[in-house]
Amino acid sequence: MRLKLVPQETNWDFFRYRKVTFGASVVAMIASVLIWLTVGLNFGIDFLGGTTIRTESTQAVDVGDYRDALQTLDLGDITITEVFDPTFGPDRNVAQIRIQAQDGAEAVTPETIAAVEAALQEVDPSLTFPSVESVGPKVSGELIITALLAVGASLVAILFYIWLRFEWQFSVGAVGALFHDVILTIGVFSLLQIRFDLATIAALLTIIGYSINDTVVIFDRLRENLIKYKKTPLIEVMNRSVNETLSRTLMTSGTTLIALLALLILGGDVIRGFVFAIFWGVIVGTYSSVYVAKNIVLWLGVDRDPKKPSDAGTQFSEVDA
Amino acid sequence: MLQIALWKRLTILLVCLVGLSLALPNVFYTRAERHNDAVQAIERGAVTTPEIEADLAQWPEILPSSLVNLGLDLRGGAHLLAEVQLADVYEGRVDGYWPEVRDVLRDLRDAVGTIRRQEAPAGELRVRISRPEGLQAAVDAVRGLAQPIVSLTGVGQSDIEVTGSGDTLTLRLSEAERSATDDRTMEQSLEIIRRRVDEAGTREPTIQRQGSDRILIQVPGIGSAQELKELIGTTARLTFHHVSGRTSDPQERVSPDQLMFPSLDEPDTFYLLERIPVVTGDDLVDSQPGFDQNGQPAVTFRFNPAGARAFGNYTADNVGAPFAIVLDEEVVTAPVIRQPITGGSGQITGNFTVPEANQLSILLRAGALPAEMTFLEERTVGPELGQDSIDAGQIAALVAMAAVVVFMILSYGLFGAFATVALGVNVALIFGVLSLIGGTLTLPGIAGIVLTIGMAVDANVLVFERIREELKSARGPARAIELGYERALSAIIDANITTFIIAVILFTLGSGPVRGFAVTLGIGILTSVFTAIFVTRLLIVIWFERRRPKQIEV
Repeated sequence: MRLKLVPQETNWDFFRYRKVTFGASVVAMIASVLIWLTVGLNFGIDFLGGTTIRTESTQAVDVGDYRDALQTLDLGDITITEVFDPTFGPDRNVAQIRIQAQDGAEAVTPETIAAVEAALQEVDPSLTFPSVESVGPKVSGELIITALLAVGASLVAILFYIWLRFEWQFSVGAVGALFHDVILTIGVFSLLQIRFDLATIAALLTIIGYSINDTVVIFDRLRENLIKYKKTPLIEVMNRSVNETLSRTLMTSGTTLIALLALLILGGDVIRGFVFAIFWGVIVGTYSSVYVAKNIVLWLGVDRDPKKPSDAGTQFSEVDA
Repeated sequence: MLQIALWKRLTILLVCLVGLSLALPNVFYTRAERHNDAVQAIERGAVTTPEIEADLAQWPEILPSSLVNLGLDLRGGAHLLAEVQLADVYEGRVDGYWPEVRDVLRDLRDAVGTIRRQEAPAGELRVRISRPEGLQAAVDAVRGLAQPIVSLTGVGQSDIEVTGSGDTLTLRLSEAERSATDDRTMEQSLEIIRRRVDEAGTREPTIQRQGSDRILIQVPGIGSAQELKELIGTTARLTFHHVSGRTSDPQERVSPDQLMFPSLDEPDTFYLLERIPVVTGDDLVDSQPGFDQNGQPAVTFRFNPAGARAFGNYTADNVGAPFAIVLDEEVVTAPVIRQPITGGSGQITGNFTVPEANQLSILLRAGALPAEMTFLEERTVGPELGQDSIDAGQIAALVAMAAVVVFMILSYGLFGAFATVALGVNVALIFGVLSLIGGTLTLPGIAGIVLTIGMAVDANVLVFERIREELKSARGPARAIELGYERALSAIIDANITTFIIAVILFTLGSGPVRGFAVTLGIGILTSVFTAIFVTRLLIVIWFERRRPKQIEV
């Protein structure tokens, strides 16, 4: 008895509601951008500069007391958040304190950190500080630029590779889908105010990698079917290709999601934002391969050479990899 | 038909075995680590104690012992990104020219009249002379002090620019000299930091130059970034001593006004030195590799006025006697004084090669940090937090793996079991490659491995789904398996190349967590393609040859 996520043979019409699904994607993208612009991203110190101090205590965290203790130090904007995690024991109370970048100083001075630690230990003598990180404004600016550069360079490289291996329409479709995934992820990050830092950028790039992986597999089948069914309308060939690869798509996304779920629950709070981004990205990436990438290709049409209908599809020659 | 040549089978098997044996030490991490530390200690010349012997025996000599480097986020430690204030150095260098300029101009007193140093912007030396008509002569004379630059890029250019206008002569460093100075400053800073950190005896520190003026310092196992800053901020002590004698007996008694320091490069040699130094490194302005009058590599050095005076008096009184250059309680070199050195600059000659001269000049300069450093980034990760992350990552990886195994076997039966064997090999290969190349495993790196576990099944799924399809076309099972692999290949290659491109871009452009992730992702893609295409196929082929099934169910 085999586990089957989908029936052996499916013949679902993925493109019947293409206007609705594509419309929904567009709406979701616009909404993401709006949330991003109005609420904004919760940038970590990697991008804003400043200091984060992680505190750990056997006593319960009282954010108000911490705040009062730090108020006198005159450090500007201070954010204190209590960190909850299912893997923590009952006597493990963790908080994250973020101090804005101080004017005129590169990294926060050791005296400041010592003062903060002393002030907090007044409140709770059992406090320890398992991690202290401080990034100067000069570096944080550069980190933003390198991160953007990395995302941009990846998109261009993929655009180019798909164009070489397939056709330009596929390339546009694939990059459109990637764009969709990145925007939607940024939207979720601003909506839920999850910390956005260097690791998140790594996650975004992983999403790009995963999504393109998924898109390419279906494109590959499409290319093959275009040669096989030369006269069938494009929409039918596409539908057939998506149906044929459906069980693989769900199988792979399923196993990846299981692996990520394990990490999400058990991986600890330090990388939770990072794992969440990838988890979310796998879901939207799988969706966008079908409903964004294929729709774009469908609308752009594939040049099957109307002058010589008998040769249609042969231009998608198989390159021996 | 389903055939794999014997040599291919052996190669696949060999790769797997090598990968597994390379990964093995990581399973016994602490034991292998203690063994490696003991080996290192012995190489450094430590006396073998029973403890070291015991540590050495923790891991068999014949097995590979390289381990995956654990990143700071896993092991705990401190991370600093320092910016070296390169321009600071120009000022000191230019100031160092003043005594020489003064001496040269004094010899021309008839032409230039009286000389007086003027206030000038940092990195410039301005001298006013009382007879403006003698300016040209003064400029020419000071230009005579210029030295050719010894560096790859600055060949044929001189180190200073001397200009004159009205009654004022201006000396500044030439463009080429400034960039050569920048390079030297960076090398020197790196060298000093390395010495400081090594002295503390911590394990595998990373000290890297980044860009033109930055240094990244990562030291595992150190308590805090603050501690690390104090450590590298300590000034190395460079001193010049009168040599009273040499000995090879480290137990020899020394009088209270003497010191005994070992030689840096001659084994079993100890120098007896006068306790009070003639000059200290605080007075050293610069040191550079160069050539002596016979064209032999040499090292030049230059003192500030106070140091120059002391050094001049001492060398005048001690021609023919050796004097020792001592750095951090080790004698770097002990040349013999050939003639009095009054100008504040001197030359050390010996049987140097060019790289040796370069190295010595770095060591000489390595007395004190040449320029101030500002710290742009500081991170401290406590070891407990790191251990937590390792534990969490391990549990997550095991759960992920178990889930994938169950899922695969439920879906594909025996073939799914083959795929999970390949998955195990895949994870071992990732660790094997990481250990081999000395890659660093970070927290995002663990996430990368977990993601690879998820994605590694993709290639297998593609193949198995294809085989299922081919079976429907009522071909024989052998043909179906063969076609399945053949047809799935192009999708596997395309999908993995695109992801690999991303891993490469991440690695090139990224830093820190991004890079750690890119390393495992990139390696994971390579190994997963290998295991999916070759290992599962080999397993299936071997199974097929034994059973010869008429029908298969995938």
